Amino acid sequence: MLGLKSKPLAADKSDKIGRVLVFIYLALFFCFLVLPLFALMSKSMQNAEGVFVGLENFKVYLKDPALFKSFFHSLFVAFVSTVIVVCLGFLYAFALQCTCIPLKGFFRVVSLIPLLSPSILAAIALVYWFGNQGVFKELLLGNSIYGPIGIIMASVYWTFPHALMILSTSLSLSDARLYEASDALKASKLRTFFTVTIPGAKYGIISTTFVVFILVFTDFGVPKVIGGNYNVLATDIYREVVGMQNFQMGAVISIVLLVPALLAFALDQFSRKRQASQLTSRAVVYVPKPHKLRDNLLLCYCLLITVLVFLMLGMAQFGALVKFWPYNLSLTLKHYNFEVAGLGWDSFYNSVRMSLYAAFFGTIIIFIGSYLIEKMRSDKTLRDVLQMIALMPMAIPGIVLGLAYIFFFNMKDNPLNFIYATMIILVINTIVHFYTVSHLSAITAIKKLDSEFESVSLSLKVPIYKMFFRVTLPVCLPTVFDIFIYLFCNAMTTVSGVIFLYSYDTTLASVSSIHLDEQGDVAGAAAMAMLIVYISFLVRGIHTIVSTFLMKRTQAWRNI
Amino acid sequence: MVKADSYLSVKNLSKFFGKFLALDDVSIDISAGEFVCFLGPSGCGKTTLLRCIAGLEVQSFGTIIQNSEIISGLPTSQRDFGIVFQSYALFPNLSCFQNISYGLENLGWDKKDITKRVEELLLLVGLSDHSAKYPSQLSGGEQQRIALARAIAASPNLLLLDEPLSALDAKVRVHLRQELKSFHRRLGLTTIMVTHDQEEALSIADRIFVMDRGKIMQFGTPEDIYANSSNPFVANFIGMTNFIEGKVLNEKVIKIDDKQIDCIGHGFAKGTKVLVAARPECIQLSKKITKNIFNGKVADVEFLGSFLRIYLETSIMPNQRLIVDKPMVGDFDKSISVGDVVGFKMLPTHLNVYECDE
Repeated sequence: MLGLKSKPLAADKSDKIGRVLVFIYLALFFCFLVLPLFALMSKSMQNAEGVFVGLENFKVYLKDPALFKSFFHSLFVAFVSTVIVVCLGFLYAFALQCTCIPLKGFFRVVSLIPLLSPSILAAIALVYWFGNQGVFKELLLGNSIYGPIGIIMASVYWTFPHALMILSTSLSLSDARLYEASDALKASKLRTFFTVTIPGAKYGIISTTFVVFILVFTDFGVPKVIGGNYNVLATDIYREVVGMQNFQMGAVISIVLLVPALLAFALDQFSRKRQASQLTSRAVVYVPKPHKLRDNLLLCYCLLITVLVFLMLGMAQFGALVKFWPYNLSLTLKHYNFEVAGLGWDSFYNSVRMSLYAAFFGTIIIFIGSYLIEKMRSDKTLRDVLQMIALMPMAIPGIVLGLAYIFFFNMKDNPLNFIYATMIILVINTIVHFYTVSHLSAITAIKKLDSEFESVSLSLKVPIYKMFFRVTLPVCLPTVFDIFIYLFCNAMTTVSGVIFLYSYDTTLASVSSIHLDEQGDVAGAAAMAMLIVYISFLVRGIHTIVSTFLMKRTQAWRNI
Repeated sequence: MVKADSYLSVKNLSKFFGKFLALDDVSIDISAGEFVCFLGPSGCGKTTLLRCIAGLEVQSFGTIIQNSEIISGLPTSQRDFGIVFQSYALFPNLSCFQNISYGLENLGWDKKDITKRVEELLLLVGLSDHSAKYPSQLSGGEQQRIALARAIAASPNLLLLDEPLSALDAKVRVHLRQELKSFHRRLGLTTIMVTHDQEEALSIADRIFVMDRGKIMQFGTPEDIYANSSNPFVANFIGMTNFIEGKVLNEKVIKIDDKQIDCIGHGFAKGTKVLVAARPECIQLSKKITKNIFNGKVADVEFLGSFLRIYLETSIMPNQRLIVDKPMVGDFDKSISVGDVVGFKMLPTHLNVYECDE
């Protein structure tokens, strides 16, 4: 016999606060992600007068061979870069994880250097090395660096750390027992490599492939600087919107860019789920044994990569200091004066301010959001929706998000119109653009907390929000710092997200670098790009010092 | 009706997870000061029932009354209980002292009172020297004791224990369960413990509620439940039992195979197919085989320290082996070995009889 259905429990204060926050997050995501994308889509189905024309614009697009060609260009450079990066990255990750080479820590740091520089830095350096007046121009055998070759080389440089991070994680999870079993069965080293190492890293390799593909496919900065006449989707969008004021076609190309990116993202999510289930058993950590030939070969390989990284960085810096490349190689600081109006030091300070805001507010918003999704007890459906939306930004190319923001926030009757062309829209755009990765690392950290902390706290009559500050936040502090620095560095280096959104008062360093290059001041562009590298280094250094200090004070319980 | 001496009453409680019925019309009464165990296999609903009492899950139907007050609509933070989880759930960044005082600070206690109370509790659980240590510096058993101290710090009137010993080593588990029992004796706190370990429940509880598939299968004292299991599930879950099929001849005689056995009144009509449940220690072996006793071939012998466990292949249990436990003391002939044919009989006073459902 069943009595009357029970009413839900009277909500206590913690539940009420949690629920209000969930609705706020939904509203924010709606305003700053869903609606702008919707505006973009509707724009793609309108004519210049704003009348709905269905798929008319897409027909025009398909009929224009020049535009359509860019699609294949994008696919081509993304495909080739992906193959190269996955191979190079795997070998490097293998050297770091599965061999006994010396200087592993150094090599790891070196491999992450490209993360601190804007993607255009590599393109600029390549211009100095292989451009029309480049040092090694002859090495290209008459081919021009301006085009697919340059795009691929620069893309390989800046996506390398992304590939390496995923690959070395997946290799670090390899199970020592499998190696021992393989040894016991008298398998050769090579056979072990193909039957144990590669299958173990399978999902890591798949995931890397998708991630790198999306990065290159949707990148704007590199093809803009070094693409020459070789058009890709991202530069087409820019040209249609900024050059020809054809917003509808910009929206159409954005969607053409968005669809493959979404597809790759979905496949990546799928393969990650498979990997998670593979890792449930408890593996024993693999400790490599020395093997002279292998270790020496891979040490040479790592040294080679290191030299290449420094050559890129060094050439960009050298180019920025040279008086008049290549005729007068004496050094000067005059390129740091940035004589082109509006693109000077102001833009650098703007960038620093913007990055600090994005990192500060972004970290707070993202961490609290992840906590709500992971730990709130009620409103499961709403939290699932939030989680789904939080994953979306990863699949949305920065240039598409930027364009969507113009369409949405520039509408006259939008009450949020006031943020258009301000610092606020740059900060919000940056937080949304880099939301997913930070969100996922916050979720991972929060998942590690005992699932009963909230129950214990409630049973002891302590509201959840008090526990959040007393326990959750202190325990997750290392992750919080990581999110901060991730957001800061990305905000400093991003181009594609903000290229449409800055105003005369809010130019950014990375955008300035592109415009300086556009106006022929390559040395100025290099100088600006290097400034970004230095500030990223500096902030990372401060981050390390502060976090070590704070770690000692707040994480004492960890290392006892 | 709520019994006059009932401290906690659960009335007609049901809980759905989607379409899955986790609790099916459960009603229980617990007296003040009792130590009660919810016992059952995983997925039987015991933890769900505990979490409903704590307000950590919301029941779909039914009411819960604690101390004459209906609490089933109150949020967790307004109910009167302390809870200890299997995972300890100690806050890793707070010292033992801070963990125990965590709730007290929020209640607005005076600093001096807090220190006094925490020291008192540390003394109670025998960890006075560990006040300043972090949880990760303690062993599992010590951490669980801190968790217990934290749960009872604000003197709640009900203590809930959710598989508190399951994460511990076997020896620590036995030790801590004796300690739990002695805390209970000293504090007189009404306590509910959830466990899947029948030995733990038997050794510690005043009363046990055996659960299966969201229902209470039987409740009573440990002795009662063990000796007079009211259905085959309980008989099988608590301890070990041999089930032998038979047919009722009359009030006190059941026919098994071609032989008859005596048993105490069972209340089934003549001709009913029944299951006779015999505990391994209630079966007597003999080397002599006469016409009136059953016989079987020894298939395996396990030495388990204080007793021998003998597996017999016998015609009265065609699909399974009959299990017999023999203490390693007394006059028993130890020369029993695999392949021997032995006789056995069941002690009439120790048998339970259940209707055999097809």
